[in-house]
Amino acid sequence: MRTVHLAGETDFDSWRDAARNLRLEGVEPARVRFVVGNGRDGLFGDEPIPPRSSNRSFTVSKAFVDLAREVMLHRDADRYDLLYRLLWRLQDEPNLIKVTSDRDVARAVEMAKNVSRASHKMKAFVRFRQQGEGDNEHWIAWFEPAHRVLEKTAPFFARRYANMRWSILTPDGAAHWDLKTLTFGPPARKEDAPQEDEIEDFWKTYYASTFNPARLRSKAMQAEMPKSYWKNLPEADLIAGMIADATGRTEQMVNAPAPEPNRRFDQVKAAVVDRAVTDDVVPENLDDLNAALAGCRRCPLWRDATQPVCGRGPKRSRLMIVGEQPGDQEDIAGTPFIGPAGKVLDKAMLEAGLERDTVYLTNAVKHFKHTVRGRQRLHKSPSAAEIDHCRWWLDHERALVQPELIVAMGASAARGILGHTVSVNDLRGRIEERPQGALLLTYHPAYILRHPDPNERIRAQKAFSTDLSLAAAYLKSTGKVLS
Amino acid sequence: MARIDLRRKLSVLADAAKYDASCASSGAKKRDSRGGTGVGSTEGMGICHAYTPDGRCVSLLKILLTNFCIYDCAYCINRSSSNVERARFSVDEVVDLTLSFYKRNYIEGLFLSSGIIRSSDYTMEQLVEVARKLREEHDFRGYIHLKLIPEADQRLIELAGLYADRLSANIELPRDEALGRLAPEKDARVIRKAMGQVRLKMEEAKPGKRDRIKPPSFAPGGQSTQLIVGADGAPDTEILDRSSSLYGGYGLRRVYYSAFSPIPDSSAILPVSRPPLMREHRLYQADWLMRFYGFTAPEIAEGAEGGMLDLAIDPKLAWALKKREVYPVDVNTAQREDLLRVPGLGVKAIDRIISVRRYRTLRLEDVARLTRSIDKVRPWITALDWSPGGLTDAIDLRARLVPEKQPQQLSLF
Repeated sequence: MRTVHLAGETDFDSWRDAARNLRLEGVEPARVRFVVGNGRDGLFGDEPIPPRSSNRSFTVSKAFVDLAREVMLHRDADRYDLLYRLLWRLQDEPNLIKVTSDRDVARAVEMAKNVSRASHKMKAFVRFRQQGEGDNEHWIAWFEPAHRVLEKTAPFFARRYANMRWSILTPDGAAHWDLKTLTFGPPARKEDAPQEDEIEDFWKTYYASTFNPARLRSKAMQAEMPKSYWKNLPEADLIAGMIADATGRTEQMVNAPAPEPNRRFDQVKAAVVDRAVTDDVVPENLDDLNAALAGCRRCPLWRDATQPVCGRGPKRSRLMIVGEQPGDQEDIAGTPFIGPAGKVLDKAMLEAGLERDTVYLTNAVKHFKHTVRGRQRLHKSPSAAEIDHCRWWLDHERALVQPELIVAMGASAARGILGHTVSVNDLRGRIEERPQGALLLTYHPAYILRHPDPNERIRAQKAFSTDLSLAAAYLKSTGKVLS
Repeated sequence: MARIDLRRKLSVLADAAKYDASCASSGAKKRDSRGGTGVGSTEGMGICHAYTPDGRCVSLLKILLTNFCIYDCAYCINRSSSNVERARFSVDEVVDLTLSFYKRNYIEGLFLSSGIIRSSDYTMEQLVEVARKLREEHDFRGYIHLKLIPEADQRLIELAGLYADRLSANIELPRDEALGRLAPEKDARVIRKAMGQVRLKMEEAKPGKRDRIKPPSFAPGGQSTQLIVGADGAPDTEILDRSSSLYGGYGLRRVYYSAFSPIPDSSAILPVSRPPLMREHRLYQADWLMRFYGFTAPEIAEGAEGGMLDLAIDPKLAWALKKREVYPVDVNTAQREDLLRVPGLGVKAIDRIISVRRYRTLRLEDVARLTRSIDKVRPWITALDWSPGGLTDAIDLRARLVPEKQPQQLSLF
């Protein structure tokens, strides 16, 4: 058995030199032991290890070195033996570190996790106390880390408190920041740190007040804030009392008779929101209609929508264009035809010489029907019943706007106008007189965007442009200027 | 009114803020105090600086600017008709407390909310002013979470997003109708519109690939909301539908669930009882399934009974017990999305399984070393040396997996 003495607990370089030589020499893990501290002055123990021969070396993955640097900070005395065992096995199993189901690897990963947790807890549980004022101001903490994570964690505090002079004292060593450089010193004692700080009373007040006694779960607390840390946390003094009083405080709240309402603030109370259901309001103008839509409960689509999206355009318009329903963008903004389909429509209108400002744009269904897929809302076609419920509003819009021509884009829009289902493919591209007025049926821009066949998309796009040109020509033929 | 001392104020206004479950300090952009004049850093992951005996994390100084309020929401300790002690911080008091706490490493930053005083705009202005002072006058680079007053002016919401890492507006009640009964001055439609505005602003703040000049930052930590569980009679499935719709519609980072808890001076129309903590826990699990495991709200509902999640078992197991035909899943060949459906396997364990199986064919003991509890996993998987045989379809599988002792409603009583 060989014993290697390492100079310090976290002396990675010495371990690496020794381990490298041992492996080159062919010393099996079972025949070597690493211990920290020494019986004598030298680095190596009972048997000297031959000096490293520069022409013989080997490489190991960075993943192993990274893992080893973490594991070495663990307080387990056998950590260096475990690391040498891993280093040894890497000869035959170069991917070993990735096999986290392996017993040795699993143990090393577990130790690295403990170290990482100790470092995280240090970031959380260090408590600085103020010493001195002005130029003499110095922030000092006494902390006892679960593993040897001081040097690993100190740079975090240098980033966070770059403009404060601070020291963190621990039994393993001390870290000091002087506004410019981070230095490390010898182990310290608790007495070296200030024993109080006047702000701690405020902190304790906050800690006690933010606790809800009706939710007492002290085990959950201890899992995250283990008792071993309590002795250096000022707020931990309060825990026992908080737990002891919790039951009584909760019972008192639950059993207290309902109090008399406080009337002091009656005069300043905010107005109660108007929640009237406005399903059957008969609007006298578009503003009325817009307002009434907010309380529409004719079908359940309002529930998952942000808001109803009313039509937009002049109060009277010669042309009314009807789509299916608002999409994701329209639902958020409250304005119709601003999403991708709206862009297709804008382009086609421009080509046809129709100005958006002069046209009344609306939808057959006023709320956005969708399904949720993760973080996205996907359009879902409205049912015939939903379109029919919403005809109440579309009919009123038509009556108020009094268009000479209605362009219905897609089957939902056609049903919204006509009250029954028709085939867009069969009827599109010609203006027909209907009981509702002159009607031109065409594709919905979304059909042009979403059709899986690119040839069909091109064909539909052309047809759509032709149809809008037809609408423009129709309005021109009646002699008057648009709007 | 007599002036009360600062510690008393802190006590009143922390107590008034504690029913808001959110305390996250994650999601902010990486930054630190080097090259500046103040303190503070955010490195992506949040830090919990303490835990109170309710098991909750203390990450931020979570306080109200004031608990005076012109709203009368029955579930809220600060409603105008409540007899609680009232207090109000000045802007400077909040700034000083935040910095004093931060310098001692008690907190990651500030979570500031407020009762509505005078008007929504006035209240929001005050909140924004605290954030502005911290950022501009003290070069504070820690975390700031501001509560959004939904009715407030657009301009104020923009400023809030400029200074804050995260914004939140609380929906509170899953059912819009219940808001009318319990919070007559609140309007769910206005809250949703405000969330929609925040989403649009966040999208605008994302620099395009060709942008030379970055657009101004807007709440890089995203927005969140809270739903109170057990106050309005909404069943779990309805709550999850609401969450799903919020995640999808407004890009929320988190939905928090808050078991309706006893408050001092509770309202006569909403009597208090012990908080449904186990229900809250199951809802959080279901929420994780939606966010990280590819479950949809309707799928989770398939594992529920009468709209309520099973309190005795987690929602993934509940789903699996009803969908046994999709099991067992072979850990050596299955796709990630199928592994995500295995009860007892978490995202991290699955990542490891996928990584290890490139080098080794997994045996049951290997899986055991990669996961917390192999007993939960065993009926649902096959491995090199393991097949569950009839176990997956055993009639008494639920009984075998459910702990003997029924979990108690986590509570004192």
